[in-house]
Amino acid sequence: MKSNWLLLIIAAAIAMPGCKMKNTASAVSGDAAARTYVAPGKYDELYNFVSGGFNGQVSVYGLPSGRLLKLIPVFSVNPENGYGYSEESKPMLQTSHGFVPWDDQHHLALSQTNGEHDGRWLFANANNSPRVARIDLKTFKTMEILELPNSGGNHSSPFLTENTEYVIAGTRFSIPIGNQESALDNASYKKNFKSTASFIGIDKNTGHMQVSFQIILPGMDLDLSRAGKGPSHGWFFFSTYNTEQASTLLEVNASQKDKDFIVAVNWKKAEEYVKAGKAKKMAAGYYHNTFNEETHSATSEIIKEVLTLDPEELKDFVYLIPCPKSPHGCDVDPSGEYIVGSGKLAALIPVFSYRKFEKAIADKAFEGEYNGIPVVKYEAALHGEVKKPGLGPLHTEFDASGNAYTSFFVSSEIVKWNIKSLEVLDRVPTYYSIGHLMVPGGDTKKPYGKYVVAYNKITKDRYLPTGPELAQSAQLYAIDGEKMQLLLDFPTIGEPHYAQAIPAEKIKAQSVKFFDIAKNKHPYLSAGEKATKVVREGNVVHVYMTAIRSHLTPDNIEGVQVGDEVYFHVTNLEQDWDIPHGFAVKHAPNAELLIMPGETNTLKFVPAKPGVYPFYCTDFCSALHQEMQGYLRVSPKGSSVPLKWGTGTEDTARAVAAR
Amino acid sequence: MNNKLSIVAKISIFLAIGCIAALWAAPMWRIDLAAPQYPEGISMQIWINDVKGEVDIINGLNHYIGMKTIHKEDFREFVYLPIALAVFCGLGLLVFIRNRRGLYYGWTGLLIGMAILSMYDFWKWEYDYGHNLDPTAPIKVPGMAYQPPLIGYKKMLNFEALSQPDLGGWLFITAVVLLTAVSCYEWKRAKSKTV
Repeated sequence: MKSNWLLLIIAAAIAMPGCKMKNTASAVSGDAAARTYVAPGKYDELYNFVSGGFNGQVSVYGLPSGRLLKLIPVFSVNPENGYGYSEESKPMLQTSHGFVPWDDQHHLALSQTNGEHDGRWLFANANNSPRVARIDLKTFKTMEILELPNSGGNHSSPFLTENTEYVIAGTRFSIPIGNQESALDNASYKKNFKSTASFIGIDKNTGHMQVSFQIILPGMDLDLSRAGKGPSHGWFFFSTYNTEQASTLLEVNASQKDKDFIVAVNWKKAEEYVKAGKAKKMAAGYYHNTFNEETHSATSEIIKEVLTLDPEELKDFVYLIPCPKSPHGCDVDPSGEYIVGSGKLAALIPVFSYRKFEKAIADKAFEGEYNGIPVVKYEAALHGEVKKPGLGPLHTEFDASGNAYTSFFVSSEIVKWNIKSLEVLDRVPTYYSIGHLMVPGGDTKKPYGKYVVAYNKITKDRYLPTGPELAQSAQLYAIDGEKMQLLLDFPTIGEPHYAQAIPAEKIKAQSVKFFDIAKNKHPYLSAGEKATKVVREGNVVHVYMTAIRSHLTPDNIEGVQVGDEVYFHVTNLEQDWDIPHGFAVKHAPNAELLIMPGETNTLKFVPAKPGVYPFYCTDFCSALHQEMQGYLRVSPKGSSVPLKWGTGTEDTARAVAAR
Repeated sequence: MNNKLSIVAKISIFLAIGCIAALWAAPMWRIDLAAPQYPEGISMQIWINDVKGEVDIINGLNHYIGMKTIHKEDFREFVYLPIALAVFCGLGLLVFIRNRRGLYYGWTGLLIGMAILSMYDFWKWEYDYGHNLDPTAPIKVPGMAYQPPLIGYKKMLNFEALSQPDLGGWLFITAVVLLTAVSCYEWKRAKSKTV
């Protein structure tokens, strides 16, 4: 008997080390690697535009490979290419509070036609200094930035209507309208603080944005938003928290009520009110910055007024739907019938029915008013609740077959459920703490539906450690099978929030290869090397310079003095794809330039000391790239050195000109 | 002896004129270049009076090795060739009106002569561009010339060059083949009648 026991113990001891806790590395199985492998020379299937969070930029990844393709500077300066530093791009970052060279970029929206991504533009929000940007998807360049008046922080933005009629901007922090000074206490908050929902009209052809009207809402925090589509086209839904209207310690004070609201706005009706002259003009001062592709320069315009609508006066275009508890995401399904509220402190997911909501309004099934706005009865608008889905639901996206995917921050997982039956179908862990998630086209009428990407807040042990701050991360899952399958981790820039993805086919072919130099209307263009010159106007010196493989013209400049404001206007004469030239001056304190083929860019340089300052091309352009350089001679102030410039000796200059 | 042209020959005159006239609307020749750093390729089309395509890019690349840049203005051929071809078409009408077999042979010979002369001129042009390099060129490869192939494929440094007739060139060839074939037919017809 004794020996039998001994055998058992030994057997158990041998077996035990084989039992381990499940770790992160074991999460991937099967053909995951093969499904994300994009062989050299092959293209990715989708472009994935990912918000840069506190980085202020937008990054572009290929899916399914997760390869970083590009960083698009939008709200933050980018010394890599001179965005925000070059004279041409500085106006893009102007605001009513001066030059703001950074922001907190959370959400992105691809332009839509008939509820489908059309590949024309990408819209981006700036949370901090409330702004909305439009990026052109032919050039992947920021073309326009519009500042928002009467906004405390632009969080529920930029979400779009199904034909890109409007992009909206809902304020996160309520503030006194007109940014008046006010005491900070609950009584003052209730009395003076308001939130606004701005409807930015978009020109069908050019994409130009303008604030068409603003709806002044009671003081509360607008969080996220979605436009209705199909049957609910004409409506916008905003989630909101702090309907308690507390001004301090919101962690406690804004989580008191069992239900907050989804704010439903009938924007078609609002449009009618504006047309009927029922909107009030309010004095404002906000910037509208646009980039012109022909002058390769941005200009700023200050807009002095804004039209506002007050739902306390005009009763029938804003309604509230109670939603448990501090809703975050507020997502409309592809059919346009279901609105999913995600109470981030709730233990269920409420799904509202647009038809029922409409009927509730017709039947006047209201439970009361909130600051003068009618509140629809919860049950009257409810389609049903997803029971026990997980902890901390945040965002929901949809596939093409009637399923929803909700991210759960607290329980760190993605849960798949059926929109109609509200049944939980599948769940998969995310590593770690997922925020937004994105199904390509999941916010449209026709989701692409093959993948879901999780954008994670915390990434402990996903990558090699890099000090206290670890890589930001996204995770790609396949959703085309019965079970969701983790395919890939890929690091991202900034803290990724929301993202958009579009089949490569919708963008690839339209990509601009170079700018036509014949169409360059920059005021300081040098159309060919013969047009280069140096012009002095008082203490301002304009250098008309050209760059072509592999020299700058002029490459010798004399007669510049200490304290002169030297503007290098560099035109890239190349007319070939992927031949940008760089331009940097020794000790220039701002940045360098990257000049695309056919473009003119300007670097300002104010030399502080006499000497010889080399300048050169920074973007490897050819076999003789290293030789692409020149000198600026800076003489003491008041020196008699005459202004002189050129490239090469007379003989070779002639040879170069002949070529 | 009947020196008149057959109906076949008469039709062939208009077909040949049509083929040649098409040269005003279609490029004659094309040279395609490809290299690992130019996966999308670069190409140049030679028309009777112009050189089109990505000539500027080719000129930019050629400057490293000291080749002359290509400019339409430098080619007298672009003036002479359209005139010569227009005259050829006019002579075709004359052959039709005069309706003489001998003239037809002469006319065919003229086209063949023009084809040979053009190819020789093209080869000379390529030789000149490929060999007369700028002595101050940044890149010099001892013993290397950059003459593109007259027809067919050639590897030059990292570039692959393919030279071939374009649509207009094929139509020109069609005209030559057609006139030659009809001339043979006429020759045989004439012989059989005399025998």
